[in-house]
Amino acid sequence: MSEFLYIYRGGDSAGSSASPEEMQKTMQKWVAWMKELGDQGHLKAIGNPLEPTGKVVKINAKGKAITDGPHAEAKDLVGGYTIVEAKDLDEAAELSKGCPHFETGGFVEVRPIMQINM
Amino acid sequence: METRAVDLDEHFFRHESGRLVAALTRVFGVHNLALAEDVVQDAFCRALEMWKLRGIPENPSAWLMATARNRAIDALRRERTARTFAPELSRLIESEWTLAPVVHELLGPQALKDDELRMMFSCCHPRLAEPAQVALILHILCGFSMDEVAAAFLSSRAAIEKRITRAKKVLASSKTLFELTAADFTARLSAVHRALYLLFNEGYHGASYESAIRVDLCREAIRLAGVLRRHPLASTPATLALGALMLLHTARLSARLDQAGELHSLFEQDRSQWDTELIAEGRRLLDISATGTELTEYHLEAAIAAVHADAASAEETDWPRIVELYDMLLAIRPSPVVALNRAIALAQQHGPERGLEAIRAIYGLDRLSDYPFYPAALGELELRSGRPELAREHFRAALSLARSPMERRFIERRIAACRDQSD
Repeated sequence: MSEFLYIYRGGDSAGSSASPEEMQKTMQKWVAWMKELGDQGHLKAIGNPLEPTGKVVKINAKGKAITDGPHAEAKDLVGGYTIVEAKDLDEAAELSKGCPHFETGGFVEVRPIMQINM
Repeated sequence: METRAVDLDEHFFRHESGRLVAALTRVFGVHNLALAEDVVQDAFCRALEMWKLRGIPENPSAWLMATARNRAIDALRRERTARTFAPELSRLIESEWTLAPVVHELLGPQALKDDELRMMFSCCHPRLAEPAQVALILHILCGFSMDEVAAAFLSSRAAIEKRITRAKKVLASSKTLFELTAADFTARLSAVHRALYLLFNEGYHGASYESAIRVDLCREAIRLAGVLRRHPLASTPATLALGALMLLHTARLSARLDQAGELHSLFEQDRSQWDTELIAEGRRLLDISATGTELTEYHLEAAIAAVHADAASAEETDWPRIVELYDMLLAIRPSPVVALNRAIALAQQHGPERGLEAIRAIYGLDRLSDYPFYPAALGELELRSGRPELAREHFRAALSLARSPMERRFIERRIAACRDQSD
């Protein structure tokens, strides 16, 4: 089994105009999805949501400059991450199709976590 | 790795939203209702982001309240120079020494108890028309979005938005939430009863044809009637009777509107589908509501529902008692719809001709001209009098007034019955 990082990008749940009822439905879909991943033995770490705010530190001519970030556009903004276990990248990608994030306009980036085989 | 599975009430967010908006509105002042709504929306977004990954916390209500409280402190700090807040707060929020402790105290569990009730009373402001009161209650206390309110009333989003926005302006003019010790408490309580009654009726008889929406409206009305009932000041005989009436009617809801979305009249309902527990609880409330001297329309409507609940079939119903109760109801709240129902009961007691006679004698009959069940009642009684041709004409008129596919199908079935009888 290998490990993969699901990066949740975009989506309109933060700051949205959804009604409480709609939010609860979305939330419950996520809870069910996480449970399913766990029950099938794919969930390595449930991960964390990220605040939409932050800082970006970059080197420019004057040295290291700190600006308010993140610079990604809202549709690409990273909202959180989860670590899953799967047989290979194809299976990890296939599994992510069940993620409720797609229903609120977001997408999932699936990245293999580099393994060191000693 | 296991995620925790805490079961939430199906409408937890909706109900917490009403409670939190009410509490924050007390702290911010009614004129800052929009700010309270923003803070609550923000707290919900955070809950959603957090819970969808980390699972639902041990005490979700406390989690939401703590988040809303922190957001409220941020908002007060940010806005304290630009806005005025509740009078009891204005001086205390200016100092960082008192700001957080005071908000903690104001939003503590002790202080929260009355807020939902006070907001309910505030929504029933005498300057607001009844439909506006009901829309406001749904929007603020039941957490319905504008779109959800529009769907509930089969109305356009623009019309509902206008109605709610206007209503909020009236609400904002009163600065603080309604005081339960106010002199006009009794008058306001009757307005609240009426609004909850209308909310319930919208779910039970309304034009919306999505059964999920109907059930939601009935459920919300029942929940808010429960909030009234649990408060010593608001738990009057009329409050109890209103609760009884809602439960006794709801007991029949799944038989009235079956799984396939078909409407069934009281005469054709499968009575084994009636919910016996709701009937028992409704009856209990009706029993304890029989104190004091005031006989309200809610007592009478609940009593009528209880007589139906007692009967194993339409034929075995105590129709003379029902006619008597309708007579009393007409004396308290005369309305052509009540008179029509009385005429139908009278037809059960003395035959269809007497029923038709009673319908023709209804005062204010012209007010029923848009009501599909008026010609439908005429059709029913003509059919029973053995005049299927005439009956069919009435049902056709009813069909042209039907407000939903569900009502249309119901009336079409009656037209088919006329055909069967004339063949």
